[in-house]
Parts: sequence; C-alpha cells; structure tokens
Amino acid sequence: MQDKVKVAGGTGLSAEDISSGKIFLTEDSLDCAYAWDTGVAINRYLAELKKGRIIATQCKKCRRIMLPPRLFCELCFIPCSDWQYVRDTGIVNTFSICHVHWDASRIGKDEKPHLPAVIEIDGASPGMGIMHILGEIEPEQIKIGMKVKAVWKAEEERSGSITDIIHFKPL
Amino acid sequence: MNRKVAIVGLGYAGFGTTTPDLSYREMIFEAVTKCYEDAGGIPPQAIDSFVAASEDFMEGISIADEYVPDQLGAVLKPVQSITGDGLQALASAVMQIKTGQQSIVAASAFSKVSNLSHHDHLVSYATDPVYIRPFQENPYFIAGLEMNRFLFETGATREQCAEVVVKNRYNALKNPSAHYGAKLTLEDVTEAPPLSEPLGIYDMSGHLDGSIVFLLASEERARELTDKPVWIKGIGWATDTPNLDSRLEGLGGAVYARLAAQQAYRMAGISNPFNEIDFAEIDDTFSYKELQHLEALNICGPGEAGKLLELGCFGPDGDFPVNVSGGSLGAGYLHEANGMQRLMEVVLQLREEAGPRQLPHLETGLAFAWRGVPTATGAAAILSTRV
Amino acid sequence: MRKVAIVGAGMTKFVRRALETPKELSYQASKVALDSCGLTLDDVDCIAHGTAPDAFDGLHQNGEYMVDGCGGWNKPTMRVYVGGGTGIHAVVHGWHHVASGLFDTCLVVCEEKMSSALPHAQAFFLTIFDSITERSLEPNLLWIFALEMNRYMERYGYSKEDMALAAVKIKKNGLKHPASQFSEEVTVQDVLDSEMMAYPVSRLDVSPVSDGGAAVLLASERVARRLTDKPVWIEGVGWSLDTAYWATRDLYYPRYTDTAARMAYDMAGITEPDKEIHIAEPYDPFGYKALHHLEGLQLSPRGKTVELLRDGHFDIDGNLPICPSGGLLGVGNPIAAAGTMKVCELFWQLRGEADQRQVPGNPRRGVAQSWGDLMQVSSVVVTGI
Repeated sequence: MQDKVKVAGGTGLSAEDISSGKIFLTEDSLDCAYAWDTGVAINRYLAELKKGRIIATQCKKCRRIMLPPRLFCELCFIPCSDWQYVRDTGIVNTFSICHVHWDASRIGKDEKPHLPAVIEIDGASPGMGIMHILGEIEPEQIKIGMKVKAVWKAEEERSGSITDIIHFKPL
Repeated sequence: MNRKVAIVGLGYAGFGTTTPDLSYREMIFEAVTKCYEDAGGIPPQAIDSFVAASEDFMEGISIADEYVPDQLGAVLKPVQSITGDGLQALASAVMQIKTGQQSIVAASAFSKVSNLSHHDHLVSYATDPVYIRPFQENPYFIAGLEMNRFLFETGATREQCAEVVVKNRYNALKNPSAHYGAKLTLEDVTEAPPLSEPLGIYDMSGHLDGSIVFLLASEERARELTDKPVWIKGIGWATDTPNLDSRLEGLGGAVYARLAAQQAYRMAGISNPFNEIDFAEIDDTFSYKELQHLEALNICGPGEAGKLLELGCFGPDGDFPVNVSGGSLGAGYLHEANGMQRLMEVVLQLREEAGPRQLPHLETGLAFAWRGVPTATGAAAILSTRV
Repeated sequence: MRKVAIVGAGMTKFVRRALETPKELSYQASKVALDSCGLTLDDVDCIAHGTAPDAFDGLHQNGEYMVDGCGGWNKPTMRVYVGGGTGIHAVVHGWHHVASGLFDTCLVVCEEKMSSALPHAQAFFLTIFDSITERSLEPNLLWIFALEMNRYMERYGYSKEDMALAAVKIKKNGLKHPASQFSEEVTVQDVLDSEMMAYPVSRLDVSPVSDGGAAVLLASERVARRLTDKPVWIEGVGWSLDTAYWATRDLYYPRYTDTAARMAYDMAGITEPDKEIHIAEPYDPFGYKALHHLEGLQLSPRGKTVELLRDGHFDIDGNLPICPSGGLLGVGNPIAAAGTMKVCELFWQLRGEADQRQVPGNPRRGVAQSWGDLMQVSSVVVTGI
C-alpha cells in the first residue's frame, strides 16, 4: 500500500465566509441575445401551431411520421417533404410533478406544481413524443398511459410558439 | 499507429452574411449531404465516428454537443465535440484514425453568427472575468495592442498591413463563396475609421454564416472511396497562456503558431516550409495577423513578411501565394469553422477544383487557423496530393 | 493497437463552494497526479482537458481560459466536450492522443466550478433545451431526470424505495473517500422523507452541486513501463451519442450506454462483461441512474437490477462492487471532474491503493462510464492490470 497524497486542495467555503466579506467576489450578469433561424421544418411547425394545428413530416423510406417535423430523417438520412397533420390528442409516456422553478427556486405554497410530461401524439408514429405540460388535473390522478388533449390559447393570442398550446388535459 | 490519413470528402453550405432560410441544423445537413456524396455517396452508417467544433455561447445553447448527431447521420454513433477551432476537430479525427479503432471519421464546424445580436459583447466574456472584463472595453482593444507591438518589434508598417487587406479582398473577387470581395486602395484601408488604433475597421474580417464538413479516412479506405484523396501529412496545435500580460513572446509574437507549425512540420518531414510548401491559407482575422503568422510559421524570417508582401511574393502569381481564397478578410470570418475554411481552399486547390483562382502545379499546401481574440490558440495542417 | 496506460491520478477535495478558481482546482488536481508518478510538466507532451457548460463560469471559450491551470501553456491542448459525460470522455480523448502515436504522455484534467453561477447552477440548464420548441416551457434539469426515472420505474414495477436503496448504498461507500463532500450516513427512510423536488425525484436521490477537479496521466507502453511496475492499462474505450429528439426515445433503457459499452468491450475483447469485469463505476448523478446504466453496460439483466441490488450483489464485498468510490452521490458531483474521479478510482482500486475503500479479492479489471448531454451520451473506459 502506497502512502502517497491522492487528494489535495478544494478548500471549502461557508456562507459566512462570503457574507462577512472575507472572500472578494466579482459579479457580472451575462447579456447575450439571440434570434435563432427556425428553418424550413420548425418554421412550418410554428406557423401551424398558430393556426391551432400540429403538423409532422413523414419519411418516404422508414415511413415514420415524425414530431417535431424535420427537413430530413435523421435515421434514413434523406430529405422529408411529406407534411402530415396529426391530432392534438395523445398518450402520456411519462410525467413528473415538479416543485422547483427553472432557476431551482422552490414553487410557492400557493402555486401549483409544474406537471411536465412526454406525450406521444396521436397520428404520429408510436413513441413520437413531445415534451409539454399537463393541466386541469390533480397531480395524484396522472397515470402513465392516460389519454390527453391539447388546450389551445385563443386564436388572437397565439404567436407561433409551442406555448400556443397552454397544456394538455385529460380526455 | 502509423496509418496515413486522407481527406476523401468535402461539403459546404450557407456562406452568407445571413442565412435565414435554414436553421443551423438544416444548413449542416446540406453540407453533410454534399460531403458524403463527394466521398462516393457513402452512407452515414459506414462512418465510424464524428467530431464537431463548437462553442456554447456562439450557439446560445449550453452543451451544444447535444444537437450534433442528427444532421450528421450520427444517431447512436461515436460523436464528440471539441470546443476549439475546426482544425482542432480535424486533428481529433486524425488521431482517432491513427489509433486504429476508427477508419472513417467526419469532422464538421459551422457558424450562425448572424443569429447573435452582439458578437463583440460575447467576445468580452472570453476575457478574464476578474481583471480584464471589469474595464468594460471593446474586446478588440487586444488586437490593437497586439498590432502596435508587432509593428514596433518587426518594423512592419501600417501600410503593409493595409496591403494584406487590399490583396485578400481582391483575391476574394474570384471566389464565389467569398462575401467581402472588393477592389480597394491602400488609402481606403489606412484612412478608414479606426477601431482600436492602429487597427482600422477594414483591418478586421466581417462575419459569415456557413457550414463545412470533411470526411477523413485511413489509406486503405481512402483508396476505396475516392480517386482524388488529399493526404494529411502533418497536423499540429498549440496554446499559449490566456493571460494577456504573460505571453511567452509578449503580445507582438504568435508562439502558438510557431509551436503548432513545428508539430505539423515535424510530422510531415518539412524543414524548409518556404521551399517545400507551394501555397498557404493563413489566418488573417486581422490584417497584421497574416504577417505575424507568416513569420511565426517560419515561412519567412522575423520582420520579412511585410517586405515580401510588397514585392508580391504572397500574391496569386507570387512565389508563395497566401490566401488566394480571399482569406477571412475577403471571404468572411466563420468563427469555429475558420480553420476549416482555410483548409477547404487548400483541398480545392490541391484537387484543382478552385475555378478561376486555381493555382498551377501544386503538391503541398498549408492551412493555419487562430482562435481569435483574446485567445492564443492556433492549429496547422499540411496537405499534399502525394501520399 | 498501441497500448496506453494510466500511470498517475489525483484530485481535489469536492466541496459545495471552493475558495479556488477553476484554474486553481485544475492545477491542484494536475499537480497531485504528476507527483503521484514522479513527473513534472516538462514530461507532459500534451493536454486533454474538460469542463462542462461555459455558462457555469460565465466565460465564453472557457477552454481557452482554463489552459494555464491545466498545464497546457505552450503545449498542444484540446478541450473535448460531451456535456455531463465529459469527465470520462476526456480520458477517451487522452487515449486518442497517445494511442495515435502522436504523443507519449498526456495529462487529462477535468474541472468544474458550479458555485460561481447565480442564483443556482441549475438555472443554466434551461439553455440545454431546444431553443425553439422546448425552452419556452421553462423546463429545468430535474424534469428530464424525473421523466426518465418515472418511465424506468413504471416499466419494471420498481418503487421509490428501490431507487432510494441505490442512493443509500452508494453514498455509504463515499464516507470512506478522502475527497468526499459528505460525512453522514443516510437511510432509505431519509431519502423518502427528503424534500420532493420533482416526483419521483426527492432531494437525496440527487447528487449535490460541487466544485472540484480530477486528473489522470496517460502514457505509452514504453514510458509507462519505465515509470511504474503497476501500470493500469486502458483496454477499451467506447462512446455513443443518441438523437437530440430525446422525447422520441423510450427512456426506460439507455441504448447509448449499450452501444458505447459494446464498443469498449469489443476493443477489450470482453464477451461476458458481467463475469470479466470486477468493479464498475457507472455514472450515478441519481440513484436510479446507476441501476439504469448497469443494465446498459450489460452488467445486470434488464429489470432484474433491483433484485441484485437487494441481494448485495453490488456491495463492496459482492460479486460486482459498484461505485466503490462513493460515486457522484457519495463524493460529490463537480460535473466533468466527477467522471474523471471514477477513472482515478479504478486506477487506485486495481493497484490495491484504495485504502479503506479497497475492494477485496484483487480486482483486475474495471469499467467506468459517464453520461450527459440531453440524456443521450455515454462514454465508457475499461481498465485492467
């Protein structure tokens, strides 16, 4: 057995070290702004969401009806130009009941937990899911395999975004 | 282990100051499709491994590696990202083939800088957060410091730097994928508004969107895939310290270029680059960089680059043509794909596919890339038509 | 294929918030690794380093900033990046450097400083999601783990208790690790009683946010034999990245781990991994993930892993000890450094230098695996003596 040092450094700090001013900090907040080109496939997807419809593309070779739609099938590696509307209903593939916000702050006592889920959309190929939110349901009633339906924003409020669907509710 | 490696496919797409018609993934798909077709229509399933060069903040995505596989046809395949220049990604691909574990590897890089609203601002986030960033200077002040010191140390002149701009932007007129081609005079450049003196606005490359993909193969596979392999004879990369104030040769030198080239020359068995290499594509992100890099790459001696430039040595008809493509100054700066853009021209020239700017009688070319302000990282590749 | 060995290893203590900067953590880990085999930076030909999202440090081109801390000053230095999988992938990348014949020695350094990010490192994971189709739903990192864990549990009928047991056993191993962030043992009941973050994930199912660094030194056979009589050979490497369309994959099985492991086993000539491998360090940011990955690594039959766990099969004195280091759950999870820590652990275990954590029976072969990106990448290293 050798007796060599294998671990060194990693000096832990406590909250007091910082609040007492023992440790100096340089603060900066990043300000990066982007406007991503949505491209052929996602642009159409968003345009259809604005109209209250979900659209997919189908691959000519493997016949998969794919969501979100894509310009090319990543498995067959050929372009896709077959657009197909799918339904706005689906099946819960998996879900969570989340008590923290995106920035890790805790959800307040008066707020409801977030209910993210992977939803396999009807009309798309089996297993073709999208991530979205469940609503109009008590968390303890959610089950994997349950049928759900999209609840859309009013037409004038839709902006061409995945949030044009407010959430999916039980069917 | 001593396997030889060749470039067997090249594809590119985009090449515009904006490219709003395609998402970056769709733009890469277009380049990839062309690349695989160029390599005899190889199906992606036959490719062993994939390497991409990317930076999170350039894409606005944390862990940009996530979105790499689909557009390369690389789902459930070995894929990795290098946060570096495209030539470093290429080096990674070369190493993979040389291990013997992989035989065919794709390497890609792209720029969608048009989707970013304040690129200068982003560059300042690459400076030291504690003792550089608080000055809140435009980050290109660093290029101004470097240029001033380079001119001071070597005796190169402001006009010689301007001559680089005139040459490269003129060369770009013959390159259909170049975006900043122009016929300028020395005065146009020297009298342009200053950016960070002595650097003027024309001394700096403009942004460009685009995607470039290379396919590499071992000698055995290369012979099956193409009848025009371009051999990677040498490759090297190096990084100096990120601290601006403690670089080995100060701000006037480019140690990273010297070390990267030494590694590549050693591997390629080159002792006199000026005589043994026919032409080069060398980073010219800023005008003075082309001269500084020429000296660091030992293509000419210290203080000689500017004079040789004035004698026409680095023009398309000169003894050692440099940046016939137009370089970054003439073609536009592709960020992480910068080195691949240099390499692309070397490959097109060696394959005699460079159209109106084709140079005659070529055998060996050099591509050199720098990572840009505020870094001190560079990568070099030596390519040849002879195995 | 050129043989490559690990000849030195070192790491920093993993802590919630380190005094050291990212560069200093890298330096400390590198220095210990170099000292462990009696080398100096002059003996190092090249550097392969890793650190996960730049956003944690608020630094664009973070790899460039890190260079002098990693010893990469005026050397060929390259940063490889596969998200959370970086820690082990950097070792794979280091292997490329040496096995290619381009270099004889390579220092692999990984570092993570998560505490600089405010209000919390978690916030920066919003930007790992698709910028157009997902980010506007304001997802956080826990979502995807919770969705995957729920799917895994549902598929095989596993309970929260089962998943908690994995976390408890792994955390317990970590109490003996000198770099560990923790000092208290937890029970299954503690895990179940801990704050519910995102059902089914409770607070103690999750590895902590940490700062730390880890490093290993790789050498060609010629150099390795000169440096040590106990080189630990890299026998196999593999890695695989699944589609970015994560919601279209069935999350119950990590097929990316499956393909990566098969690639590594193929190179190592392993045909029966569950018999030929003596120690496993599967990636364990969550208790369930260790089990999930064991199935992908072909070290446990699908759906039978909890049974084996309960029977003590994966304990330190079991047939296949897992995470003898204490893993991410027990030592800490400074993302990229945590993966490299697992390779350090294999190095010490196979050399019989793991002190109180030593797995009995002279283990001769081990596997370490890391995982990352959008639940889609695995990197696998098989080592042996």
